[in-house]
Amino acid sequence: MATQTEVLEGLAEIVNEIAGIPTEDVELDKSFTDDLDVDSLSMVEVVVAAEERFGVKIPDDEVKNLKTVGDAVNYIIENA
Amino acid sequence: MTAENRTVVVTGIGAFTPLGGDAASFWQGLIEGRSGVAALTEEWATDLPVRIAARTAVEPGEILPRPLARKLDRSAQFALIAAREAWADAGYETPATDDSSKLDPTRLGAVIASGIGGVTTLLDQYDVLKEQGVRKVSPHTVPMLMPNSPAANVGLEVGARAGVHTPVSACASGAEAIGYAIEMIRSGRADVVVAGGTEAAIHPLPIVAFSNMMAMSKNNDAPQHASRPYDKNRDGFVLGEGAGVVVLESAEHAAARGARVYCEAVGQGLSSDAHHIAQPEPTGAGVARAIADLFAHNELDKAEVVHVNAHATSTPQGDTAEVKALRKELGEHLDHVAISATKSMTGHLLGGAGGIETVATVLALYNRLAPPTINVDDLDDDIDADIVTGEPRTLPEGRIAALNNSFGFGGHNVVLAFRTV
Repeated sequence: MATQTEVLEGLAEIVNEIAGIPTEDVELDKSFTDDLDVDSLSMVEVVVAAEERFGVKIPDDEVKNLKTVGDAVNYIIENA
Repeated sequence: MTAENRTVVVTGIGAFTPLGGDAASFWQGLIEGRSGVAALTEEWATDLPVRIAARTAVEPGEILPRPLARKLDRSAQFALIAAREAWADAGYETPATDDSSKLDPTRLGAVIASGIGGVTTLLDQYDVLKEQGVRKVSPHTVPMLMPNSPAANVGLEVGARAGVHTPVSACASGAEAIGYAIEMIRSGRADVVVAGGTEAAIHPLPIVAFSNMMAMSKNNDAPQHASRPYDKNRDGFVLGEGAGVVVLESAEHAAARGARVYCEAVGQGLSSDAHHIAQPEPTGAGVARAIADLFAHNELDKAEVVHVNAHATSTPQGDTAEVKALRKELGEHLDHVAISATKSMTGHLLGGAGGIETVATVLALYNRLAPPTINVDDLDDDIDADIVTGEPRTLPEGRIAALNNSFGFGGHNVVLAFRTV
């Protein structure tokens, strides 16, 4: 079971790879769209990369609920 | 504001080409008579009938940040780099949509064409689908592969709201885009238009497909000598990649902001062959009608024309037909016209050709210097015209004009005219 810190670090690397945002700026309260330059298309990439990295399934219906990095971290921890 | 037939001028240029990653290095390469063609070193090229091409001198990934580059097809990457250069060269510092901009975004357009569109994205993502499955296909695939993607991305970059367009006519696409942009300004739809052509089709499928049409040079052992327009031993075109973009502007708009003007963009002549889907009309009749259309609908004297940047792709039929057409329309005056086939150096950029060759034509007028045509070791007896070979040729003083020809599979003929100011 991954810890919150491990999942946050992993997501930060993914967001850095896809959107070019420095990993230290990827924080729990940040909005993907408003703060991290991750638009709806890039969010699909983030989701696919996160599924692969954390061995979790994130259904399309669930993606719209993942507004902040914290939302995604919690979902991954609960469903991994 | 909407006066008909306003004068249009060129105020900015940008080029990302096999000879250099900007307009200055491109021009330097042309004047030096340098070839941008090389052997393809990729593993996939090993067993192909054609193993040469003219890659861009600089990799776009060295210029664009990776998060941006991964959302753009290679053709859009080229267009964006060339458009940024042209935009800055024209003296614009921000997108028209910025609050600090003095330019009205609803008076700014973008017209960028490619002949084939995002073909490498399409083919690469099909490989991803087959090899890695549904989930791994990039959500950016559609906006990357659509042929209007370079135009749309350039439009976003500069903040164009008067209209963003993508004419497609195979190898005439880039020139058609610039012609369309000239008309947007002349007719009053826009004051400023960023226009050009781009192409990125160096991939095994397009290479094999063109090769199976017997259209490409198979001179794999001598890459730098393979593109040889007008030479008796020419055996087809060499595929190139890159983009050329210009900023066009109404003369009044350019004058009001004190912009540097390279030359006037006089207008275009258009025709179509109705002859064959891929063969050029052998007598040059279609091309001749495009040239006639240019002179019929623009205030341009044949005597002013002293230079032609020819389409001349190095195919046996096409090069000859184009010169016949020029002879038919310009008559004895053609003896006083310096003709350059810059594809001898850059290869054939398909939809990008009209873009980079417009930049070359603009710079030829601005510098009063016609680039050489390289590899003309033995001039074809059927080429009855003054081909610039060896050293670049100084062009005359006074008011002079130049033509840029582009023709495409499907029988599309586009002739653009530019003139010193």
